[in-house]
Amino acid sequence: MLGIVRRKVCAKGLPVTVPGETLRFFRPVVHALRNYSSAAKELTVREALNSALDEEMSADPKVFLMGEEVGEYQGAYKISKGLLDKYGPDRVLDTPITEAGFTGIGVGAAYYGLKPVVEFMTFNFSMQAIDHIINSAAKSNYMSAGQINVPIVFRGPNGAAAGVGAQHSQCYAAWYASCPGLKVLSPYSSEDARGLLKAAIRDPDPVVFLENELLYGESFPVSAEALDSSFCLPIGKAKIEREGKDVTITAFSKMVGHALKAADILAKDGISAEVINLRSIRPLDRATINASVRKTNRLVTVEEGFPQHGVGAEICTSVVEESFGYLDAPVERIAGADVPMPYAANLERMAVPQVEDIVRAAKRACYRSVPLAAAA
Amino acid sequence: MALIPRSSAAAALLRPLSSAAATASGIRHVTTDTTPITIETSVPFTAHNCEPPPRSVTTTTAELLTFFRDMSLMRRMEIAADSLYKSKLIRGFCHLYDGQEAVAVGMEAAITKSDCIITAYRDHCTFLGRGGTLLEVFAELMGRQAGCSKGKGGSMHFYRKEAGFYGGHGIVGAQVPLGCGLAFAQKYSKDETVTFALYGDGAANQGQLFEALNISALWDLPAILVCENNHYGMGTAEWRAAKSPAYYKRGDYVPGLKVDGMDVLAVKQACKFAKEHALKNGPLILEMDTYRYHGHSMSDPGSTYRTRDEISGVRQERDPIERVRKLLLSLDVANEKELKDIEKEVRKEVDEAIAQAKESPMPEPSELFSNIYVKGLGAEAFGVDRKEVRVTLP
Repeated sequence: MLGIVRRKVCAKGLPVTVPGETLRFFRPVVHALRNYSSAAKELTVREALNSALDEEMSADPKVFLMGEEVGEYQGAYKISKGLLDKYGPDRVLDTPITEAGFTGIGVGAAYYGLKPVVEFMTFNFSMQAIDHIINSAAKSNYMSAGQINVPIVFRGPNGAAAGVGAQHSQCYAAWYASCPGLKVLSPYSSEDARGLLKAAIRDPDPVVFLENELLYGESFPVSAEALDSSFCLPIGKAKIEREGKDVTITAFSKMVGHALKAADILAKDGISAEVINLRSIRPLDRATINASVRKTNRLVTVEEGFPQHGVGAEICTSVVEESFGYLDAPVERIAGADVPMPYAANLERMAVPQVEDIVRAAKRACYRSVPLAAAA
Repeated sequence: MALIPRSSAAAALLRPLSSAAATASGIRHVTTDTTPITIETSVPFTAHNCEPPPRSVTTTTAELLTFFRDMSLMRRMEIAADSLYKSKLIRGFCHLYDGQEAVAVGMEAAITKSDCIITAYRDHCTFLGRGGTLLEVFAELMGRQAGCSKGKGGSMHFYRKEAGFYGGHGIVGAQVPLGCGLAFAQKYSKDETVTFALYGDGAANQGQLFEALNISALWDLPAILVCENNHYGMGTAEWRAAKSPAYYKRGDYVPGLKVDGMDVLAVKQACKFAKEHALKNGPLILEMDTYRYHGHSMSDPGSTYRTRDEISGVRQERDPIERVRKLLLSLDVANEKELKDIEKEVRKEVDEAIAQAKESPMPEPSELFSNIYVKGLGAEAFGVDRKEVRVTLP
């Protein structure tokens, strides 16, 4: 969370070191960055989200932000830093700690035609408001046959942080993504964060936007195009982060970073992994995933959340339904352990996917793993 | 209902004005007039943390007659829905409002279609009050294309956004924070309008209601919470569900008013008062003391947790339509036959709407997949057997 991590970025398989300028203090960055030369700019995910919120609030007076500590505290994770000063207390609203109440109020405001961004300090707290997300927001356009649409964004950190224990570590991607009427996005890089959040705010349907606390401080290069205030990424399209030909690895959010590291390690063993950054959990980009598997013939799905009925389960089924004949090996699934998140660091490490887990699963899929001990 | 003209001018108006209009054959036309008259409510308002509005309500004979007609229409509609449900043309849930008509009608008389109303699932009459048609009601109940939600919502999901009616909600209590959200948006947009969020005595104990009320009071939202206290939350009497059934007081720091919900003029007065208050001072609670003749829904006979004597007692002493009938008769606005003719007309309207609704077709199969999103983005949606049925959402 603190500090900015310099990353080695792989573009088309060639290692590239990102040039030096990293931004330590956030200011609305767009104008400052435009003065730089053509070298790639770096932005932390936090800055990316902040700039996206800033630009969308500036462009559309109907957009407003509400949640706990978003205003005077500058955001529990400083995502909304500076926005209260810029837009005032009518548009950046600190709420009491009453998720059911303020989420319902946000949805009601969206019914009327405003465009609320409702922040959950973490998505664990969204469970207190889940009736409004599902029954009041997701289903309204359908039940009203199109009369009441709900242009709302529910955003906040999702999944495990570090050492926060069982009640503060759950990943909600699978739960929300199973619900028709919702769109569910999960960015990885700063470009993802900017483009997807801007798209989510502009989208006329309810969007659940799953961020990751541990990614907020990570820095990524961002193209000039991505820094433009009109920049939006399409909802429902995955990104091929790294092309490969031997095995497909799907991931979202923080796990994309792990998958890329795993791909580096696999490359040393002669396995060329294609890493797909899902970006959109619902709609799920089945076309990209299946096209990749038809090319590589092997699949490893990676997610942080609980394995049963998870995102990987849906991806596996999609591939079995659409591309069964192309599979040369059973689909491998890497997910969080089937346990509430423990606190002790060693147990926590065992509960969350690590890079070596992804490497091992990919090797299994390639029939390159160490044989299992004899069962007898 | 006490008839105390507040001025001698008004007293003069209570004389039949239509004597000159009587035809030679002695048939007298129903008289209505838009000259203001004043009627006292039967029961005074009880206030919590505010000054109650006066008992004398300004109205006109024209308005009283529309009250009679509108409530009769609602009554007949609900009774017809009962028959349709029993003949299995309406399925699932059906929560009827007969007995509570004065709340819907009195509220409409005090507000405009720019003000918003949101309620729970007992919404047929509220929808009608907001300008919905009988055809839209019956067709929706029977799951037909001509329904207000094109047959996809059902009894609990009527909406009429253009007239400020935001549903129609099935989850008890959820509509209250939603209503406070509408009020937030009205204030944000500087519309100078208010939202009435209706809920029952059962929903009054919901935590989210107090969460929303807290925020509404903090942010001075023009939200009016209206507890339609019909004294039973499904089969549970109010005294068994609420430690304090003084719902108008439950807002604590939020002022409240207790209103005779069977008196359409009292409802009108209270809603007018509430709107003025909310625009200036933020949220207010109105408790409407009302009653439903039917059970909670069509699955509930309504007589296992209350006596038939109680039900018939309310019908005799407090029925909202009978009250207005007596008032119209005593003011000589109309005679018995004329009022019966209105009821016959209303019955005919309802029957015609039902016949028309029965003609409306069921939705096309493709409607299964419409309106999931505003922008489907080309995503796929699947039927039960995804190898058989899959569509691309536009």
